[in-house]
Amino acid sequence: MGPLILRRLVATLPVLFLVSLGVFLLIHLVPGDPVEAMLGESQDEVAKTTLRQELGFDQPLYIQYLSWSGRLLRGDLGRSVRTHAPVLEDVSRRLRPTLELTIFAMCISLGIAFPVGIISATRRNSVFDNVGTAFALFGICMPNFLLALLLIFVFGVRLHWLPISSFVDPLEDPVNGVRSLALPAITLGLALAAVITRTLRSSLLETLTEDYVRTARAKGLVESAVLRSHALKNAMIPVITVLGLQFGTLIGGAVITEYVFALPGVGRLVVDAVFSRDYPLVQGVVLLIACGFIASNLVVDIVYGWLDPRIRYSA
Amino acid sequence: MIRSHGKLTLIAAAVVCIAILMAIFAPLVSPYDPLKQDLSSLLASPGPTHLLGTDNVGRDVLARVIWGSRVSLIAGSVSVAIAVVAGCFLGLIAGYSGGRLDDVVMRVMDAVLSFPALVLALALGAVLGAGLSGVLITLGVVYTPTFARLMRGQVLTIRTREYIDAARLLGAPDWHILQRHVLPNAAAPIVVQASLSVAFAILAEASLSFLGLGIQPPEPSWGSMINAGRGYLQQAPWIVFGPGAALFLTVLSLNFVGDAVRDALDPRLRVRVRRLEIK
Repeated sequence: MGPLILRRLVATLPVLFLVSLGVFLLIHLVPGDPVEAMLGESQDEVAKTTLRQELGFDQPLYIQYLSWSGRLLRGDLGRSVRTHAPVLEDVSRRLRPTLELTIFAMCISLGIAFPVGIISATRRNSVFDNVGTAFALFGICMPNFLLALLLIFVFGVRLHWLPISSFVDPLEDPVNGVRSLALPAITLGLALAAVITRTLRSSLLETLTEDYVRTARAKGLVESAVLRSHALKNAMIPVITVLGLQFGTLIGGAVITEYVFALPGVGRLVVDAVFSRDYPLVQGVVLLIACGFIASNLVVDIVYGWLDPRIRYSA
Repeated sequence: MIRSHGKLTLIAAAVVCIAILMAIFAPLVSPYDPLKQDLSSLLASPGPTHLLGTDNVGRDVLARVIWGSRVSLIAGSVSVAIAVVAGCFLGLIAGYSGGRLDDVVMRVMDAVLSFPALVLALALGAVLGAGLSGVLITLGVVYTPTFARLMRGQVLTIRTREYIDAARLLGAPDWHILQRHVLPNAAAPIVVQASLSVAFAILAEASLSFLGLGIQPPEPSWGSMINAGRGYLQQAPWIVFGPGAALFLTVLSLNFVGDAVRDALDPRLRVRVRRLEIK
């Protein structure tokens, strides 16, 4: 596993450099003067000059990048133009609701996807399979925000079963916390469940036609044992790929879900930063999210090697 | 997995055709002006006068759904077209030239893919500003790496073929080989990917408009209509669910059509599916 991990880590370095460069240049893509755009109608020249100096705009671009990336390496992601709080502090304050939401959504999606995917694959072309297929298609084509509003309309407005826009931390008040996160987590989890169901079904269908599965059956193994010990383990590689890639979808989905349900998470922080034209905050949060995405892809690559020795040795 | 059942694909193709016709002939088929406010019928429920009801300022929801189809289809098709052109160009030069240029181009594409799509779209939307042109550029950038990777993979396979060696031996210049031999042979998977990407680009545009970074009110767009209607979910759910149904049906139908295009153009997949059907 050592050479595989090393190779993947080395391959990540140029991507990290390019990502940091892209995020740094973001502020320079703003048409006109970014300081004017951030401070808006403010005519205070002193404030503008101070901000320009704070952001290093009075220096050449490469010096700006070097000092910005130097600060990054020391863990300084800059400060919000609006609140003057360090970006890292803002993000860490908002991280808990987002993590709770995504973990809850992931549990819901795996809880739905595994039984539906396995039943669809093992009972191909049955009613269960058709319902599973329709569910997957529905989940993939349904926009997050529309599903959120549909759930709010049914369970919040009509039935009054669940709260629609209050956040209670599940670690402080488990019952009300779970109730407050139920609709956002279903919104976020359903799309993920659809993608995993689809991948698991097609992967398991392919695996079930393999020779080693036929051999296991011929040996007289019961179907559940064939499925558990032979088919499912081999069908997991594409599912793990999709799970890793879906980290991005989860974060994107969290942005919309937190916006609709007014949850105080990182997604909401991005939207607020975009609307208040707080570019240093946008840069910091986007960089952190991209690094999280790169790290999740790295973990997926390493898990591949752990699951499939052929990948480990080819590295 | 989504099997292209003949009847469902036909229905989906009909829905896509209706959406396209609706977008082209919006001025003729729209029952009302989408911007005209009728203050005497605010939040009117669906009925014979207003088939999908009216919104909070008395605008006809059906008229706005019809006009909104223009924005969705333009955003979906133009942004994917931008991504196809940019991605194919980058993939072609990277795959054909190889070496350092290939490394640089593909690492840049990897870097773009390192951002979750919606987060990248939001970040670019923040600097480019709201509006249709910003959305088109943003989504074009987001989808470019997919096509660049696909095209590069195709070119890497095609450039080792004998007919490419033959063309080189005959003295054909590189641009001629790329244009006459590589591009036509690499086109099929690009067409398949493009047909599937349009549906997701429409969803992405609606998401950006919903967040307020796409088409700005009062111009009708499905995403911004849904956002504007969410405050009236209790009194007038049709403001949300009219454009919502149009969006869902269009994306669903485009998915079916995309799958049918894939089945038609990718013979390997068709053979694999048939083998599975037999087993």
